[in-house]
Amino acid sequence: MATATSPAPTAARPPAARRPTSARHRSGGGRVLNYVLLGVLFLVLLFPVYYGLVGSFMSPSDINTFPPRLWPVSGFVAENYANALEVIPLARQYLNSAAVAVLVVVGQLVTSVLAAYALVFLRIRGRRFWFALLLSTMMIPWEAIIIPNYLAMAELGLINTVAALALPYLAAGFGVFLLRQAFLTFPMELRDAARVDGVGSFGFLWRILVPLTRPTIAALGVWSFLSAWNMYFWPLLITQAPENQTIQIGIAQLQSVDANDPGMVLAGVVLALLPTLALVLFGQRFIVRGLTAGSGR
Amino acid sequence: MTTTAPTPAAVGKVGEARRPRSRREPGSWGAVVYLVPALVVFVAFFFFPLGRSIYLSFQRSDLFGRPRGFVGVEHYTDLFTDPGFGKTLLVTLGFTLLTVIPSILIGLVLALALQERIRAVRFFRTAFALPFAFSVATAAVVFGVMLNPATGVVNGLLSYVGVAPVGWLTEPSTALLAVAATSVWMQVGYNLLVLSAGLGAVPDDVLEAARLDGASGLRLQTGVVLPLISPQLFFLAVTGTVQALQSFGQIHILTRGGPDRSTQTLVYSIYDVAFANNNSNFGAGSAQAIVLLVVVLAITAFQFGFLQRKVFYS
Repeated sequence: MATATSPAPTAARPPAARRPTSARHRSGGGRVLNYVLLGVLFLVLLFPVYYGLVGSFMSPSDINTFPPRLWPVSGFVAENYANALEVIPLARQYLNSAAVAVLVVVGQLVTSVLAAYALVFLRIRGRRFWFALLLSTMMIPWEAIIIPNYLAMAELGLINTVAALALPYLAAGFGVFLLRQAFLTFPMELRDAARVDGVGSFGFLWRILVPLTRPTIAALGVWSFLSAWNMYFWPLLITQAPENQTIQIGIAQLQSVDANDPGMVLAGVVLALLPTLALVLFGQRFIVRGLTAGSGR
Repeated sequence: MTTTAPTPAAVGKVGEARRPRSRREPGSWGAVVYLVPALVVFVAFFFFPLGRSIYLSFQRSDLFGRPRGFVGVEHYTDLFTDPGFGKTLLVTLGFTLLTVIPSILIGLVLALALQERIRAVRFFRTAFALPFAFSVATAAVVFGVMLNPATGVVNGLLSYVGVAPVGWLTEPSTALLAVAATSVWMQVGYNLLVLSAGLGAVPDDVLEAARLDGASGLRLQTGVVLPLISPQLFFLAVTGTVQALQSFGQIHILTRGGPDRSTQTLVYSIYDVAFANNNSNFGAGSAQAIVLLVVVLAITAFQFGFLQRKVFYS
């Protein structure tokens, strides 16, 4: 989900609160059709989620049966999980992914907060130039510069290290853009009041601005975590030994090692999904905020 | 950073200064300090590699990928005289269309359906957000299991309606479709979110007025609602295109560019030339990377130009 979200010229706005109105609902046949559409799309789009979860508990005889079973008829088996853990050093790969994600989240928050703060609140010579320069990184497709980045890591002897996985992602144009939008709507009176109270530039940033824009900063944090945890191309190049790989590469390995044991492969998928699934279920509003930030008109 | 704090004396002058901000903020170079952390990362991992990519694309590389002399535009002329690269561009275009158009259409149908006042809207919204938890790797692996020709559940379910097993990932005619389906599945939830936000911002009185004028059902949707959310639709089309052009994981996991190069997109081709099987042909790979860069930049520039006009217009 390393989404290349581009900025639209104005700030995102959250979906407007829905007022009860007659204009938005149909009656009779229209409504039935509506439910049918939703139902069909629900079944189709949620099926991979369902099958991934249930399949991870199916015995080989259940999951490899033709025609297929959609339920573990011969009982739920946890063995798939044990098998997956045998094929990949999962704990180690989890740790690698977590280390990369933490570094990337902290790095992006720090670099974005500082840069966005300077762009909005400080007098900078050539402000427009700096803003354009930072944003231009959003338009460079990462895949177009992946060869020199790989070569640089090889030359620095950083292949197979967490540092190499995280370094290029410690700043993101999207983060600067998102926080700049939030800071632009920050009441300037608070800035002036703080100044009257003798709060310095950094003190204002750290003690007033950051706490008061926490929801947007959290949205950026969630967005960076998801993209760091879910990276694929870069970790594939940078890591070779299984114990240095991230969980995403680990589960891809599961499939190539034994495609005849789908239950085990799906168990690996479920394990890789746990942190992001928790984030989606409990941090949904931050995800929505982060993901739709560029799309307002 | 403490040097940027205003002095007490300066604070005392607030009342007198006409534009207090300009006096008390750090001087122009002091402020740039705040930009330095981000700039260091961008210079090291975006701008410098960008220059090096261009440089490499004009170089011959040896077995270890080291640059071994200037070859001019040879890599580029090779690319554009190679029918294989023509096919790669066509596959890339096909993959992009097969991903962007269905994911917007399905997202639109969902967003419109959820716009109606029905029960369980929250339930549906949460459900449709679940695929966000999937990475490109987890999604591709699940689709790989489901699309297995012999034991996959997709062929199994199709057998109930009398469809013979399809080698989704092993037939050149269906492999691109299967990879695109995985991508669509990953994209739909996001498109739903963006379009829902757009629809939520459509004023009720506009809809009411259209209704009073006799518009209803499909005509209301296509004649009134769609134009109102055209900025969102356009945004999704452009960003979706850029993202589809950058897709890699699902192709690497599901088909490795095959069968018969039917899923060899531009990005996969870069990987294939530069990294797969220790090919290490970094010069030729960089030339393809520059082609990708130009395509993406052209689309992004188009987006900015268009949106700028749009903003002026409204």
